[in-house]
Amino acid sequence: MEGDIVQMGAYVGAGLACTGMGGAAIGVGHVVGNYISGALRNPSAAAGQTATMFIGIAFAEALGIFSFLVALLLMFAV
Amino acid sequence: MAGTAQPSEKSDGLVFHPMDQFIVEPLFGSGPIYWYTVTNVTLWMGLSVVAVVLLMLVGTSKRALVPGRAQSVGELAYGFVHKMVEDVAGRDAIPYFPYIMTLFMFIVLSNFLGLLPMSFTTTSHIAVTAVMAIGVFLAVTVIGFVKNGVGFFSLFWISSAPLALRPALALIEIISYFVRPVSHSIRLAGNMMAGHAVIKVFAAFAGVALISPLSVVAITAMYALEILVSFIQAYVFAILTCVYLKDALHPHH
Repeated sequence: MEGDIVQMGAYVGAGLACTGMGGAAIGVGHVVGNYISGALRNPSAAAGQTATMFIGIAFAEALGIFSFLVALLLMFAV
Repeated sequence: MAGTAQPSEKSDGLVFHPMDQFIVEPLFGSGPIYWYTVTNVTLWMGLSVVAVVLLMLVGTSKRALVPGRAQSVGELAYGFVHKMVEDVAGRDAIPYFPYIMTLFMFIVLSNFLGLLPMSFTTTSHIAVTAVMAIGVFLAVTVIGFVKNGVGFFSLFWISSAPLALRPALALIEIISYFVRPVSHSIRLAGNMMAGHAVIKVFAAFAGVALISPLSVVAITAMYALEILVSFIQAYVFAILTCVYLKDALHPHH
């Protein structure tokens, strides 16, 4: 075993940062689930809202990406 | 442990790191990489440009009334992106359609070429996607100022909110505006990198005889998912460009 406690902390922090991706998963699931429940209630309006759903997914996903970015920074930049 | 190692213990030849596939190396010989060095990234980006040209220029050059296969796909892609620009960014954004079409075709074909075995996924590198995202960011900012002048700042000053809240909202809006190229580029790179790394992790499990059938099934399933993700991420990149363009053209909330 080698390395110092700072590196250990960085690796543990990188692992902890990945829990943020769970939040993004909840957000994306919420967006798509609500889209589908809306689409099943009014199928004729569903096609027009697909683009909106993808924009919503992208915005929800962005915050998960920041946790990924934090993990990458801890692994390679700190 | 090349050839001389005992054959039974660990499965030789399948020991690799899942991130090895993203190493940038010179195409000819080996040595330091400068900005002009021809690397495998250069090769595969060039190949995706060739693929776009083959599909969109050569494929549709005959302009047949009854389109062939290549022409059908080209027309489908053109119509798809055109409708997206019109729906999301509005009719005023049609002059910028060629830019979004170029981005979309380049990204989607880079993603698909990256799915070929032994190939290199150029879009898995943040350096590649960051150039495209910063290009979009600069273009959108310049268009916003050219079209609206100082009025572009009303994007950050939300007039429908209560007056007391507006400075705080303006700060949040400005931060989210400058974070755009970060999330825009890392979304694409992260999705491509993660998917390919997962496939390689399952590929490493294939060396263990006990779970290799499961691993092959998992690789197949992940590969199918990756085809979907490749397309969706290119679509998301293009659609977000449209959203940013709409903000630049109509900054008033």
